[in-house]
Amino acid sequence: MLLEIKDLRVRAEGKDILKGLDLSVDAGQVHAIMGPNGSGKSTLARALSGHPGYEVTGGTIRYKGLDLLDLQPEERACEGVFMAFQYPVEIAGINNAYFLKAALNAVRKHRGEPELDAVEFMRLARDRAKLLEMDQTMLNRSVNEGFSGGEKKRNEIFQMAVLEPTLAILDETDSGLDIDALRIVASGVNALRAPDRAIIVVTHYQRLLNYIVPDVVHVLSEGRIVRSGGRELALELEEKGYGWIEPEATGARA
Amino acid sequence: MPQLAEQQDTYQAAFDAFRREPAFGSGAEADAREVAFDRFLARGYPTTRDEAWRHTNIAPIAALSFERAAAAVPDTAALAAVAFDGVSHVAVIVNGRLSEKLSSLAGLPAGVSVTSAAVGAVPDVADLNAFVDLNSAFVEHAIVVDVAPKVVVEAPLHLAFVAVPGRAPALVSPRLVVRAGDGAQVTIIESYTDLGSGVTFTNVVADIHAAPGAFVDHVKLERQSNEAFHLATTIVRTGRGGTFRSHNVTLGGRIARNDIISVLEGEGAECTLNGLYVATGDTLVDNHTTIDHAKAHCPSHEVYKGILSGRARAVFNGKIIVRPDAQKTDAKQTNKALLLTDDAQINTKPQLEIFADDVKCTHGAAIGQLDEDALFYLQARGISLAAARTMLIHAFAGDVLNGIRTASVRDAAMRLVETQLSI
Repeated sequence: MLLEIKDLRVRAEGKDILKGLDLSVDAGQVHAIMGPNGSGKSTLARALSGHPGYEVTGGTIRYKGLDLLDLQPEERACEGVFMAFQYPVEIAGINNAYFLKAALNAVRKHRGEPELDAVEFMRLARDRAKLLEMDQTMLNRSVNEGFSGGEKKRNEIFQMAVLEPTLAILDETDSGLDIDALRIVASGVNALRAPDRAIIVVTHYQRLLNYIVPDVVHVLSEGRIVRSGGRELALELEEKGYGWIEPEATGARA
Repeated sequence: MPQLAEQQDTYQAAFDAFRREPAFGSGAEADAREVAFDRFLARGYPTTRDEAWRHTNIAPIAALSFERAAAAVPDTAALAAVAFDGVSHVAVIVNGRLSEKLSSLAGLPAGVSVTSAAVGAVPDVADLNAFVDLNSAFVEHAIVVDVAPKVVVEAPLHLAFVAVPGRAPALVSPRLVVRAGDGAQVTIIESYTDLGSGVTFTNVVADIHAAPGAFVDHVKLERQSNEAFHLATTIVRTGRGGTFRSHNVTLGGRIARNDIISVLEGEGAECTLNGLYVATGDTLVDNHTTIDHAKAHCPSHEVYKGILSGRARAVFNGKIIVRPDAQKTDAKQTNKALLLTDDAQINTKPQLEIFADDVKCTHGAAIGQLDEDALFYLQARGISLAAARTMLIHAFAGDVLNGIRTASVRDAAMRLVETQLSI
C-alpha cells in the first residue's frame, strides 16, 4: 500500500475538522474524494502536504513505509508528495522557471540524482508545457502573478508534470475552470497516470471525474469517509446530491 | 536645546586646527567656513524634538569626539575590493580628498571631467540643518563632475568614497557637485566604503544638476561598517525634459541617514527615487526624501524598500510637494518594509503637500513579515524553509536592485544584502 491513513484527526482554526478518517491508496490508482462543503476534503489535502495551519491531533499516515507526519513539508515534497493548490499563491519577483528549477533540483538532490542545469531544465520544462498547452511566456513570468484562475490551475499541473510525484493530491483543481481549461487540465493529469503513481482527486462536483476517471470514489462527511465505491457512486451523487448520504452516515454511527 | 554643549570643545579644537592649515583657504572661502561653523555651533545637532529627527536619535554622534580625518593612503589590496567589475572609470576619494594617483580617469570621453575644486568656486547649498553646516565648515575641496552638453557617457563613472579610520573617530566631509549639461547622459555610482577598523563619521553633501534634457542615472551604495555614521544630504535639480534616476542603497552604518531633495524645476522633468536599505543588530537607517514638483507635466516615481532584523530601526519619510504651477503632476510613491524579527521597528510617513488641483498623487505603505503562504507554497514544492526565505528576500530586494543598470554593481549590492542578513 502506497498510502495508509488511519483514524486521522485534524484541527484547524480551533475546530476539529477530520474526526477519524481512514483511507488506503495503492500505487497506480486514482481515488476521488467527494463531499459537501465543510466536510473536510481540503483539510485532508492540506494535512497530507504538511500545511502548518492544520494540526494533526490523532491518527497515523504511512506513506511508502514512512511516517509522513514526521516529515516537514519540503521533505514530503522531496519524497514525492505533491499537492495542487486550490488557491495557488502569487509570488512577485520570483520567476516561474527559476522557482520550478529550484524545486526540481531540490527533489533530484534528495533522490541522489544530479541537478539539471539551465539548458536541461528548459528542455524538460518546454516539453511538459506542451502537455498543458501552456504558453511558453508563462515560464518567464513571476510565479502565478497576474495569472487567470485557469492559468494558475494549469500551472499547478504543469509543476506536477515536471516534478513527477509519487502521490499527487489535486485540491479542487476543477474549481474556477471553464470547460476548455478543464479538458486541458484533465488530459494533462491523465497523461501523468502511471503504475507507480497514485492520484487523489478532491472535488465537490463529479464533472471533473468525467475526464479523470477514478478507480475508487469516497464520500467524506463531517470529517470521515462514510461511503466508498466505484465510479458509479460519483454519478449517484451527481443525481441525488449529498443530502441522502448524511442521514445514512449518522445512522451508521449510531 | 541643541545637543552639542558636551562636545563643543572638540569641534572647536578640530576647527581651530583646520584654520591653521593651508586647506582652510583665505578670504571669502575662509569667511564662508567661519560663518558655517558659527551657524553649526549656534544651531547644534537636531534632537528628537525636531520633527524631521523625531525617530532618529543622533545622541551617539553627538557624544563622540571626532577629529577631522587626516590624509591617508589606503591599502592597495583593500582598495581593489572597492572596485566593480567592468567599471573602469573610477575616481577614488580618500577621507574626502580626490586621489589622482589612485583614480583611473584617463579614459574618460572628451567633455567629461572629474576634478577637485575650491569650495568657493562651486555654488553654496542651502543651510538645511546642522550637518550641512558642519560639512560647509570642514569640507576641503569639492569633487566636481562635469559633463558637457550633449555628451553621452556610455560607461558608468564610479566615485569611490573611502573612509580610512584614524586613532580617534574620523570626521570625513566630502562635497560632491555633479553638473550634467543640456542633453548630456551619465551614470554615476557613488559608493561609500570603510577601509580599516575604527569609527568613521561621513557627512557628505551632494549637489546634482541635470540641465534641460539631461539624463542622470545615480546609484548611491553605502556599504560602510556597522560602527560607522553616515549622514548624506543630496540636493538634485532637474531642468525641463530632464531625467534623474536615483537608486539609493544603504547597507551599513550604525546610524545612516539620507536626505534627498529632488526639485523638478522645468516642465516635463522626470524623477525616479528608488531605495533599498538593510539594517541589522542595533543599527538605524533613516531616509527622508522630498520630491518638489515646481513645474507642470512632471512625473515622479518612488519605491523605497527596507529589510530589518535584530533590533534594527528604520525611518522613511516621503514628502511630495506639488506647487501651484505644477498642474498635470503624476506622482507615485510606494514604501515597503520587511521585518524579519519581532524587535525590528519602522516609522514610515508619506507627506503630501499639494497646491495644484489637476494632479495625480498616489502613495502606499506596506509593512510585514515574509508571506507565510508563499513560504509554504515553496516548501510544498521541495524547497527548504531557509532557501524559501532567501528566495523571498531576493525577490523583495530585487525589485529595487534590478533597476541598477550596471550588473556588477547590482550583484555586489545583492551579495551585501545576503551578507548583512547572513543568508
